[in-house]
Parts: sequence; C-alpha cells; structure tokens
Amino acid sequence: MEERFDAIIVGGGLAGLAAAYTLAEAGQEVLLLERGDYSGAKNITGGRMYIRPIKDMFPDLWEKAPFERGVAHEEVCVMSGSGSLLVRYSGEEAPYQSYSVMRAKFDKYFAKQAERKGVSIVTKTRVDDLVWADGKVAGVIVGDDELRADVVIACDGVMSLIAEKAGLRKPGNPKHYAVGFKEIIELDQELLEARFNLKDDQGVARLFVGDVTKGKFGGGFLYTNKSSISLGMVMGISDLMNEEPMIPAPEMLELFKKRPEVSALIEEGQIAEYSAHVIPEGGYRHLSNLCGNGILVCGDAAGFSINSGMTVRGMEYAMGSGYYAAQAVLKAKELKDFYCTGLSVYEKLLNDSFIMKDFKTFQDVPEAMDNKRLFTYYPELAINMMQKLYDIPDGPKDRIIPTVKGMLGFREIWTIVTKDLRRMMKL
Amino acid sequence: MSEAIQVMGLKAKLGLDVFKNNDEFHIKIVAGCEKDPRLKKAILVCPAGLYSENSEGEVELNQDGCLECGTCRIACGSDLLEWHYPSGGAGVQFRFG
Repeated sequence: MEERFDAIIVGGGLAGLAAAYTLAEAGQEVLLLERGDYSGAKNITGGRMYIRPIKDMFPDLWEKAPFERGVAHEEVCVMSGSGSLLVRYSGEEAPYQSYSVMRAKFDKYFAKQAERKGVSIVTKTRVDDLVWADGKVAGVIVGDDELRADVVIACDGVMSLIAEKAGLRKPGNPKHYAVGFKEIIELDQELLEARFNLKDDQGVARLFVGDVTKGKFGGGFLYTNKSSISLGMVMGISDLMNEEPMIPAPEMLELFKKRPEVSALIEEGQIAEYSAHVIPEGGYRHLSNLCGNGILVCGDAAGFSINSGMTVRGMEYAMGSGYYAAQAVLKAKELKDFYCTGLSVYEKLLNDSFIMKDFKTFQDVPEAMDNKRLFTYYPELAINMMQKLYDIPDGPKDRIIPTVKGMLGFREIWTIVTKDLRRMMKL
Repeated sequence: MSEAIQVMGLKAKLGLDVFKNNDEFHIKIVAGCEKDPRLKKAILVCPAGLYSENSEGEVELNQDGCLECGTCRIACGSDLLEWHYPSGGAGVQFRFG
C-alpha cells in the first residue's frame, strides 16, 4: 500500500521543523525526513539566535527552549598584528533579544515539540531523489522506496542537493559563501562567569576583526554557553582559497587561538567538539528560486542568511521561511493547486515579512564588505592610534590632535572619503 | 616539524567528534582530475584538513573526519568532486553543534 502525505519535508533542521510544526498544527499529515541520528546532528551555529522576529510564529516554543545564555554584552575586538582594542557594549536586559544556543540541543527539543503537534519524524534517512508526476514534484525517493505527497519542502541546508535536483538552484560560487569552523570548549561555569564578568544566565558575544583573518574577508567569534565557549571563525571561501597568505583553514583557527587575547580566555578549557559548515552569504541577489511545481525551498537551502558586518544571521530566517512555506502550502491546498501558480504565494508572504525586507535592506552589504581595507588598513590604524595616544615617550609628549593628523595624511583621508565611505554608505 | 604538530592536533580534535559507519566514500575525486590545479584549493579550505597532495602531485582525500560542511564542493565545484551526503545515520553526529 502506498502511503501518502500532505507534505514531505526534507531535512529536520530549523527550517524543516518550523514548516512541519506549523503544518501539523493546522492538521496536516506531515512526514519529516532527517538524515542524522536526531535533529541537530548535522547542524551548526556560531552561535546565537535572535528570537524577536519569530517569537509569535511559535508562541509555545520559547518558555522551555534549551537556550544557553542571554546575550547581555556585545563586544568587538579589533586586532592588528601586535595589539588589539576591545569594546564592550552592555545595556541589554532580560528578556534578551538573542540567546547563545547549541543546535544539537535546540533542534532536538524543537523536534520533540513538532512530534507533539503530530509530525511524523523519521531520522537516519537520506532523501536520494525526487519523484516527478504530471510535470510536478510528487514525492521523494529514499533508497528503494517512493514516498508521495502533494508538496515537498526542501529544507536540506546550504548545499541543498534537493533544490538542485528540482532545477531551482545551481552549485554555488565561492564568492557567495563563507565557511564557519569552531570549537566547543568546556569551562568550569564559575570560572567562565568570572572571566567574562557575567551575572547569572547572562552571556557575551564577542566578534574579532582584523589580523585574525590575515586581511581576508571574515572574522572570529566567541559566544559563552552555560559552561562552555563556542570559539571559531567565519571566512569567505573565495578569499580563503585565493588570497595571500595561503594558510589552510585549520591553521587559521590555531593561529587565532594562539593570540594572547584569545588564549587567556580558553585557559583551563577542554575542547569537546570541532565542527564546520558552509554559510550562504550572497544575500538577496543570490537566493535560489524559492518555488517550483510541487516544491518549496526554505532556510539555508534557499540562501537565507545575512552577513551584515556586525552579525551573521540565519536561524531566524530559517524558522521564519519554514513558517511561511507552511502557510503557503495551506493556501495552495485551499486553491487545490500545488503547482508554482498555487505555491508562489510563498514568495508574496516572504516579501511582506521581515525576511525579504531584511534581504532587500542589506542587499548591498556583500559588495560594501568586499573591501580588503576593512580587514587590514582600519584595524591597523585603530591599533596604531591607540598605541600613539597612550604612549608616554622618554621625553615630552606631543599634542593629541597633531598626532592623529600625522597618521591620517591627505592621501589616506582622500581614499577613506572617496572610496571606503562611499561604499560603506550602503550599509 | 610545526606542521606535523598541527596535523596531530587536528586529528586529535576530530577524534573528539562522534562519527558513525563512516566506511562509504560519499565524496569522490572525479577520475582523471587528481592533478587539476583547482583541486588544490581543497587543501586550503577543508576545515578538517582531509585533502593533501602526494609526491606525484595528485590530490588525495581521506574521508575519516569529514564534517560534511560542503566547503570543498563550493571551492572546487561538481566537475572535480562527486559530492553526496553520507547515507542516513552515517557520518558525523554533532553532540553540541
């Protein structure tokens, strides 16, 4: 006997779970296929989740969500080859807008909530191909089995082989992707709280820019969890593979960890896990097609992640897009049209939501950030200025303003104003 | 010397991760492309350091420790790499993520 579902969802990460949860809540028969041993087994975040834009989509989810710490302190550490400048912004109060999180814990929890709503989740299952009938996607192939549904939702992550098979996207260009790689470093909770000056469940997010990437596009990051630190780097793949100095990714991370600013933070820590993942960073202009006949694409599979310079955001776009895909499926069901004509309401829903609005707002960011001087000249300048300002020489000290002026000659100012600022105006 | 220490550190680090039934080759270098200069990029970008160049100038891939991140596929493209995910329940299983 052939089993049939209202929707089959490929991938049990945040996008897939959000779509499944929402559809099941509306009474739909949903099958979710996850290739890991459990939801979250193949997923990685830096990371933290911003919950405000998606809070009301999943009202029951948050109270017991396994978050690590509320991000109460935002920090930026600018590094040159020899020094660094650390800025800490505090002012956020509970309820926090973002929380540090680990995907293996959060996705597992979310999967349990989805099952409670009635989603059938099958883990350890890889979808190999799509089933086509009447000019539309009509299901999926798993090994020798064919599973059928009115609609398939591709939530299979940044590589989305399913969206490729559906002809909705092509393998990516290194310019539009970054790779994140990180360690979970376990640390005694009291020690961690003292080291980062944290009260209770407060946490810190620290961004590192400058020498950390040897002038290449990217940065380092640190998030505090309950009793561990997530420490890693995000680097543009194109720069990593094409720009001097040619240093392999794992070595970049080791160099980063050897910096005194970093090594002091992880002292006495024990590495518990090492992970890596590609991040879509092409922005609005490089999203995949979102909708085909019988198929929708959500989350990283669609390219829903934004690097806005200060933050890399993806998880709330994943959950939001899963939610809107589910709404689109319900609308298509009313219309009894699961072709693109019926399903394309997904695009309209996204356009009216924070998701596409953000993608349009930040569409010029990848271009504005594609400026080597942001990762070399400015960090060096900032550190050199600090050095000069604090310097007390053997003899008399110069006035401050002429010292600063001396570092910013006419030519530098001309370049800053005509080239960099003009570009940065797009941020 | 320092390079050897780095490699050992990385292997030990990958040893902390949970891998299951990792005996199938889910990524293959397309036959005849082993010396393609574009493939050498994989050596730089792979966060698990699984690509290396042998004495004949061919790029080799050791899949033990693959984090399934996809970076090699983005860097080298599907002309050089036959890239699949491991089958269900196989490969890395992150405990933290």
